[in-house]
Amino acid sequence: MDFGPSDEPVALKILIAGGFGVGKTTLVGAISEIRPLRTEEVLSDRGIGIDDVDGVEGKTTTTVAMDFGRITIREGLVVYLFGTPGQERFWFMWDELSYGALGAVVLADTRRLTDCFPSIDYFEQRGTPFIVAVNCFDGADRHEAEEVRVALDLDVDVPVLLCDVRRRVSAKTVLVTLVEHSLRVLTASQS
Amino acid sequence: MTRWMDEDAGPIVRPYALIGGRTRSSGDKLDLVAMVTSTRGAPPGGFVPSPEQERILVMVTTPTSVADVASDLNLPLGVVKVLLGDLQDHKLISIGRASASERILKEVINGLRAL
Repeated sequence: MDFGPSDEPVALKILIAGGFGVGKTTLVGAISEIRPLRTEEVLSDRGIGIDDVDGVEGKTTTTVAMDFGRITIREGLVVYLFGTPGQERFWFMWDELSYGALGAVVLADTRRLTDCFPSIDYFEQRGTPFIVAVNCFDGADRHEAEEVRVALDLDVDVPVLLCDVRRRVSAKTVLVTLVEHSLRVLTASQS
Repeated sequence: MTRWMDEDAGPIVRPYALIGGRTRSSGDKLDLVAMVTSTRGAPPGGFVPSPEQERILVMVTTPTSVADVASDLNLPLGVVKVLLGDLQDHKLISIGRASASERILKEVINGLRAL
């Protein structure tokens, strides 16, 4: 990591990952200002013969919409929250999103725990600090955080916590837990 | 851009027309949270910033992230990166990416707690 002078504006990136419908957007909305972003999707083979790219062979993308969250800590210090796209065809965006990220929150739903396996594998492989936040849906069995840790085969140093992403105070605890974890990882890498 | 917009149909000018059909530029590698700042320099001879680039130059008189520039312009990220790449090539903007130090992370933790 490089260190800028103290008056240089700093923008930090946090990823919110997890399976479809687990509450990523709800979490971002509970704690930050939501901003729209248009981005591109690589045209898949399925588009051949349907999407007319004659004469514009260089164009291999089409536009998709996504949101991001912005939390201003103070002037010159802003935290951005990016939800990772759920569908497999958007995997290409993960590398761009995770580049230089401070860390990631993997949201889990105990009724569909396997949905968060791909996210955990991805961040483990990339060495991106991450925590697992178990979103406690109404009607879902309340599992202890430790049960989830065992079920997901997580390292002992990966924080696991229960949360309700609809509640601002809970969303705040999730983010604080992640940044504290990232700070520990950063400190350990420097010692 | 307003006069080129049709509320129902979306933009009449396809975004890639704004950048001459290019999808590759020196802006490709720009990170979403890289900070863009105007150098307040004069455009070099032979380079005329497009209306969108003029808007960017006004926007980034205070440092602004790539994601915020794209969001404010309501243009696709890839198009914005090409526009930014051109401005950077002509030294009209500087692009920085400060990483988090221990001090900054502690400040973020305290800031989040105080929300």
